Amino acid sequence: MLNVANLHCERDQRVLFNNLAFEASGGDILQVEGPNGAGKSTLLKILCGIYDDYEGDVEWQLEDYPLYLGHRAGINDFLTVAENLAWLASLHDQSLNRSRIEAILAQVDLGGYADVPGSNLSEGQRKRVSLARFYAFTNRVWILDEPFSAIDVAGIESFENLIQTHGNNGGLVLLTSHQPLRLANVRPLILRGAH
Amino acid sequence: MFIATTLRSMRITFRQPSEFLNPLFFFVLVIALFPLGVGPSEKTLALIAPGVIWVAALLATLLSMESLFRSDFDDGSLDQMLVAPRSMLLMVTGKVVAHWIATGLPLVLISPVLGLMLSVDEAGIKAILISLLLGTPILSLLGAVGASLTVGLKKGGVLIALLIIPLYVPVLILGTSLIQTAQFGGDYDGHMLWMMALLALTIGTAPIATAGGIKVSLSK
Repeated sequence: MLNVANLHCERDQRVLFNNLAFEASGGDILQVEGPNGAGKSTLLKILCGIYDDYEGDVEWQLEDYPLYLGHRAGINDFLTVAENLAWLASLHDQSLNRSRIEAILAQVDLGGYADVPGSNLSEGQRKRVSLARFYAFTNRVWILDEPFSAIDVAGIESFENLIQTHGNNGGLVLLTSHQPLRLANVRPLILRGAH
Repeated sequence: MFIATTLRSMRITFRQPSEFLNPLFFFVLVIALFPLGVGPSEKTLALIAPGVIWVAALLATLLSMESLFRSDFDDGSLDQMLVAPRSMLLMVTGKVVAHWIATGLPLVLISPVLGLMLSVDEAGIKAILISLLLGTPILSLLGAVGASLTVGLKKGGVLIALLIIPLYVPVLILGTSLIQTAQFGGDYDGHMLWMMALLALTIGTAPIATAGGIKVSLSK
């Protein structure tokens, strides 16, 4: 599903990775590991097509685009939670009706928050709204950059289960996390750090 | 997607009224100060009116440009837009159209009143309306290019002006000379056609440059 070869990326004259190659297919859960500044986020952004200052080949065989969760949640302050989610869904050609939105918000423990504007949410709640997408969207590939930061213990457990289910159903998950994960069948992808 | 983006941006803008009221107040205040500063002579005011109105419109647009992509950059919406399968070009155009409706169009609509204040005659006021109606979309489209390139910088304010003002100059010259021609009773079809040509050119090219600029800003 994903083929990466000869990937080379420099940032501020530091080589982040050189000759990086790996492949991944449906059912894989891949954890990108490495110290701070090793280029984990950059690698995920390259795979998403957000960051394109690199050399090498990134090849996807995909019928849909990946669903991405970055450090910034993508939640606008002046739109309500429901409006934000509907917009994020329309970006992926998917539609969420009102009852579906309320259902997935309940899944991330934000029941009743549908009409609250983004500016009233805490950091963790924004992250949860962004995570709620993963309960409803149909994308097969998930790219998650630090999905568990700012999330409480119960939230982490629920989302870990979701990731596991997605992997079991043939989805591909690429993630970074500094927390120890309780996931089975995780393949590590180690970045050694800049040199 | 184009319409969805336009509606989303307009919703966001109208929920924070300062976004679209600030440029409008700036435009009105700058023009209102000129009769006080230059003196009430009708002849002088009518003479400087085209330049004053156009420079004020240009600066008001420039003032509002910096925030065009700022919030989408800060909250990560631009990342989501770039990952999505939908065309970045359409989304960028949607944002610019929303920006023009919220900031350009009010300037056009209030300009006849300001023209009267500067004792411009009837033919001149009609020309002001036409020139701003054709000109302000060009200002928004070109400004978006500058906004996309500076959105990743903490302090892009002056840089965006340096980048964009040279591109604004042809529009400024055409716009003012259109009004002047009308004031002297001339036929300004030629100016109008040139402005339409410029508008067509920027509609075709500016969104491509803006989408490219956003990619560059995010790859930093």
